Amino acid sequence: MSELTEVIRRTFSLETWEVILPAIGDTLYMTSLSTLLMAVLGLILGTALFVTRPDGLRPVRVFYALFGAVINALRSLPSMVIIILTLPLAKLIIGRSIGPGAVIIALALTCIPMFARMVEGSFLEVPRGKLEAAKSIGARNWELVLKVALPEALPGLIRNFTIAVIAVISVTALAGFFGGGGLGDVAVRFGYNRFLTHMMVAAVLALIVIVELVQLGGDAWAKHIVRKRHL
Amino acid sequence: MMSEPFISIQGLNKTFWGAKRSVVAPVEVLRDIDLSIPQGDIFGIMGFSGAGKSTLLRCLNRLEEPESGSVRIGEHDVCSLSHEQLLVFRRKIGMIFQQFNLLEARTVVGNVSFPLEVAGQRSAERRARVDEILELVGLTDRRDFYPGQLSGGQKQRVGIARALANEPIVLLSDEATSALDPQIALNVLDLLININQRLGLTIVLVTHQIEVIKYACRNVAVLENGRIVERGSVREVLTNPTSETMKVFMQVNSEMTSGGWKEGAGI
Ligand SMILES: Nc1ncnc2c1ncn2[C@@H]1O[C@H](COP(=O)(O)OP(=O)(O)OP(=O)(O)O)[C@@H](O)[C@H]1O
Ligand SMILES: [Mg+2]
Repeated sequence: MSELTEVIRRTFSLETWEVILPAIGDTLYMTSLSTLLMAVLGLILGTALFVTRPDGLRPVRVFYALFGAVINALRSLPSMVIIILTLPLAKLIIGRSIGPGAVIIALALTCIPMFARMVEGSFLEVPRGKLEAAKSIGARNWELVLKVALPEALPGLIRNFTIAVIAVISVTALAGFFGGGGLGDVAVRFGYNRFLTHMMVAAVLALIVIVELVQLGGDAWAKHIVRKRHL
Repeated sequence: MMSEPFISIQGLNKTFWGAKRSVVAPVEVLRDIDLSIPQGDIFGIMGFSGAGKSTLLRCLNRLEEPESGSVRIGEHDVCSLSHEQLLVFRRKIGMIFQQFNLLEARTVVGNVSFPLEVAGQRSAERRARVDEILELVGLTDRRDFYPGQLSGGQKQRVGIARALANEPIVLLSDEATSALDPQIALNVLDLLININQRLGLTIVLVTHQIEVIKYACRNVAVLENGRIVERGSVREVLTNPTSETMKVFMQVNSEMTSGGWKEGAGI
C-alpha cells in the first residue's frame, strides 16, 4: 500500500477520531466562551467608540483618542505575544495557566479590539440622516444607539461578527501551542512533534469544517435579515 | 394690527468653525436672520444650493445649534431650553426629509410608532394613534410593509406620518418633494396642504422649486449667502421679485416653461 493511501486510511480511522473528537469539543468550548466575551465587550466598547467620536453623539475627545490608541496597540501585537502576556494573568484570575479555560482570556483579548472597531465601523455605515431623523423626534442617545444604529447596522454587524468568530477560531488553534488544548494542540503535539501526518490532516479537516459552518451560518443569518427587510 | 407671530426668529447667526486648529476658514452660513411666521401658515424658504436653507430650518429644532440670536416657537424659547427640555420640545416639532430617512429595520407601523415610543406611550395607545395617522396619510393597506417595499411617494407619506405622530405644533420640511416624480410630488404637497387645513398645523417648507412655492405656500423668504434678501406673500414676491436669486429663479422657470431649443437656442 502506498504511503498516501495509508495516511488517508489512518486519517479517517477510529483511533484518530478518538483523539480529534474531544479536541473538537475543547475548541468549540474555547471558541464559544471567547466569542461570548468578545461579543459582549466588543459591542460595549465599539458603541463607546461610536458615541465618543469627535463627530459622534456625545464626543469625548480624550477618551476616544486614548482608548483608540490602546485598541490600536493591542491590534498591532501578534496574537502569539498577547497569549504569552496574558497567560500569567489567567493564572491570577482562574488559578491556572494551562488548559482551555486559561486561554479564553487571551483569545478574547486578541479579538475584542478588532471586533470593537468592527462595531464602530458598522454603526458608521448607518446614514447620518436616519440618526438625525430620530434626533428630530426627540430620541435620547441610548435610543439612537439601541433603536436606530444597532438595528439598522445589523446585517453588516453580523457579517463582521462572522469574520471575528473565525478569527477567534484561528487564534484558538494557535493557543494550542500554549497548552490550551483543542485542535491546534492536537495538530502540534501529534502532527508536528511526532510526525503523525494523519493527525495533522484530521485536525485541519475538522478546523476547515468548523470555519465553513460558521461562515455559512453567518451568511445565512445576514441574508435572512436583508431579505426580510427587502433591502 | 399684526397678530403675535407663532415662530419668531431674531438676529440669528450661525458659523461653521471647521475642525479645531484646522486651517479651513470658518463659514458664515447664517447672518442676522429675522423672520416671523404666523400660526397656520405654509411658509416657504427659497434659495440656491448652499444658501443656508437647511441650516436655518435645522436651527428651529436645534439639530444645529445657533451661534447667537433667538428662536421662539409658540411659548417656547428654543435657544434657552436645557438638553432634557429640548428632547421633549422636539416631539412637538415634526420634520421630514428629502431622503425620507425611514428606519429600514422597521415596518411602516414600526416607523410611525417610533416617536410614540420615544414619548413613552403605552403600546395600546400607540396602536390606536398609529391607525389614526396611517388613515390620515392613506397608508393603512401598507402598514406591515418594510420601507424597502415602498415607492418614494409612499415612503414620504410614512415620513409625514412619523412626523405627525406626536401631534406637532410645527412641521419642518427640507426638500421633501425634491426626490419624487412631479405627479407624486404634487400628491405629497396636496397631503401637506390638506394637513395644514385640517389640523391648522404651521408648516415651514424649504425648497428650490419655484412651483412648490407657488402651489403650496402663502408666504416666502428668500435666502442668499446666509441672509434674507426678500420676503413677503408669495403673490407679491412672484409678481415683483427684487432679489437676484428670485429673478434668476423666475427667469429660469419661464425659459423652461416656454421651451428652449424649439426657439432655436443654439445647441
Ligand atoms: N456641518 C457643516 N460644517 C461646515 N460647513 C457646513 C456644514 N453644514 C453646512 N455647511 C455649509 O453651510 C452652507 C449652507 O449649507 P445648507 O445645507 O444650509 O445649504 P442649503 O441652502 O440647504 O443647500 P442645498 O439646497 O444644497 O440643500 C454651505 O456652504 C455648506 O457647505
Ligand atoms: Mg439643504
